[in-house]
Amino acid sequence: MALAQNAIRFEGVGQTFLTDTGPLAALSEVDLAIGQHEFVAVLGPSGCGKSTLLRLTSGLLAPTAGKVSVFGVPVTQPRDDVGIVFQQATLLPWANVTDNVLFPARHMRGTVGPQDRARAAEIIETVGLEGSENRLPGELSGGMQQRVGIARALFLNPDILLMDEPFSALDALTRDAMGFELLNLWQASPKTVLFITHSIPEAVLLADRVVVMSARPGRVLEDHKVPLGRPRDEDSLRSPQMQDFMAHLRQLLIRKEAA
Amino acid sequence: MSADAQPATKPAPAPNAPTLSFTERLIRTPGALPGLTFLAVLLIWEFGTRVFHVPTYVLPAPSRIATGFDAVDPSRWLQHVWATLRVALLGFGVAILISLPIAIGLAKSRFLSRALYPLLVVIQSVPVVAVAPIIIVVLGTDDAPRVVITFMISFFPLVVSMTTGLMATPPELIELSRSLRAPQSREISQIRLPYATPYIFSGLKISITLSVIGAVVAEFVAAEKGLGYFIQFSTSMFKLPQAWAGLVLLVALSLALFQSVGLIQRLFFPWSLPKERR
Ligand SMILES: Nc1ncnc2c1ncn2[C@@H]1O[C@H](COP(=O)(O)OP(=O)(O)OP(=O)(O)O)[C@@H](O)[C@H]1O
Ligand SMILES: [Mg+2]
Repeated sequence: MALAQNAIRFEGVGQTFLTDTGPLAALSEVDLAIGQHEFVAVLGPSGCGKSTLLRLTSGLLAPTAGKVSVFGVPVTQPRDDVGIVFQQATLLPWANVTDNVLFPARHMRGTVGPQDRARAAEIIETVGLEGSENRLPGELSGGMQQRVGIARALFLNPDILLMDEPFSALDALTRDAMGFELLNLWQASPKTVLFITHSIPEAVLLADRVVVMSARPGRVLEDHKVPLGRPRDEDSLRSPQMQDFMAHLRQLLIRKEAA
Repeated sequence: MSADAQPATKPAPAPNAPTLSFTERLIRTPGALPGLTFLAVLLIWEFGTRVFHVPTYVLPAPSRIATGFDAVDPSRWLQHVWATLRVALLGFGVAILISLPIAIGLAKSRFLSRALYPLLVVIQSVPVVAVAPIIIVVLGTDDAPRVVITFMISFFPLVVSMTTGLMATPPELIELSRSLRAPQSREISQIRLPYATPYIFSGLKISITLSVIGAVVAEFVAAEKGLGYFIQFSTSMFKLPQAWAGLVLLVALSLALFQSVGLIQRLFFPWSLPKERR
């Protein structure tokens, strides 16, 4: 039963795409195990296969080598207990906040019932959007749009939350605030989070573990526990220990960008 | 005309309030500038034809064209307008019904788009005006051939705009749809089609005006009523003012249809309009 403790497990995973210019190895020999309710951030140079990692976990893509399993079961198709948040909120521009949050239910079953609406109201309040239920995405700030994106991903109450650079389109202040809100959400309702980012401070501030990937074909280069307790705040990164830790990660990434 | 002197007669503006120049205010008043331009053209036309004694068969003055409306009973006019309108709308409707499945096929399947697109381009390249007589021979002289001709002229922009629109959906939403294991039909109805709405409406606006052209082309070839028929008949009888009157109605019909499409978009799909025009 020890294996079942892992929410997500990659074993020797490789992904090679067939492109017009020939085969392209995006990932090779990726080994990674993420425990239940663990918050793992992934750092890595552009194009090293971070988004591909998420697609494999969500079942949108089948690995060309190795095995991906979720809760001990090999992933063969998308599962209900995995929610996805994208870099751009990609909401439906014609649907108001409530309908965007209800989208998973409506899209999966064709209709929505009163209990879906109750769930939507609850989740909208959780992400702090009450009062904006009837507004259209075009009328919301970037931060609010991404809240709707998060609410949509949380609607089905997934055990696993996959986030692909969710805050990188936001301004720095909003980005920090959203990070702390995400931590609050995660602490109030624990989930396994796979969080992709290009920002070292963001990764370190949010995650239990930071995984650094190599340039393409992506492999796990280093995998560190973040030496920081919880709760965390703006000052958590000030300590010399954290500064050293971040400097190390920076070195690692710079070395890879040059390679 | 010293247009720029105008603002001086206004009451003094509040301090710091930016003042708009006369031209700027003209640009911002809806309808003002197009209306004035139109009026100017009419006046130049009217006086030009009088001063230079332009013969009526070359270019009748607007006032002569106005008398052309009296040549025929209002009820007859209405019949002609209705005949053209009916064929245009039927052809337009058929074009929508046929374009939609084709566009969905082209957008969803690389196989279909490779196989069908060249054929569509060939069909589009056929000069419909030249085929029209053949179509009439094949299909007879009632509405059917006229609707087919109208359809042939108006369907291509619809296919292109619908296909472009259906493919404009953010790939993330398609992934979301797949991750929810929703059926393809729902991916189309709940994501792709709504996303395509702005594109579809630009196609509809082009297509509705082409439909009027299609109906007129069909009436030129074979018809005993309709504005196209009426214009051709009047010209052959050398009754130019009434032919021009028919033309004016045709333009009005075309504009009205174009505006109706825009109105439907504004009323039912306001989110699909560019932000500054909401
Ligand atoms: N469906 C696909 N077909 C072909 N090539 C692909 C496909 N998906 C991804 N790739 C390629 O695989 C590589 C990894 O892509 P991926 O999107 O996972 O990178 P990433 O680490 O998320 O990059 P970024 O930081 O820019 O988001 C890239 O070179 C990309 O071009
Ligand atoms: Mg990516």
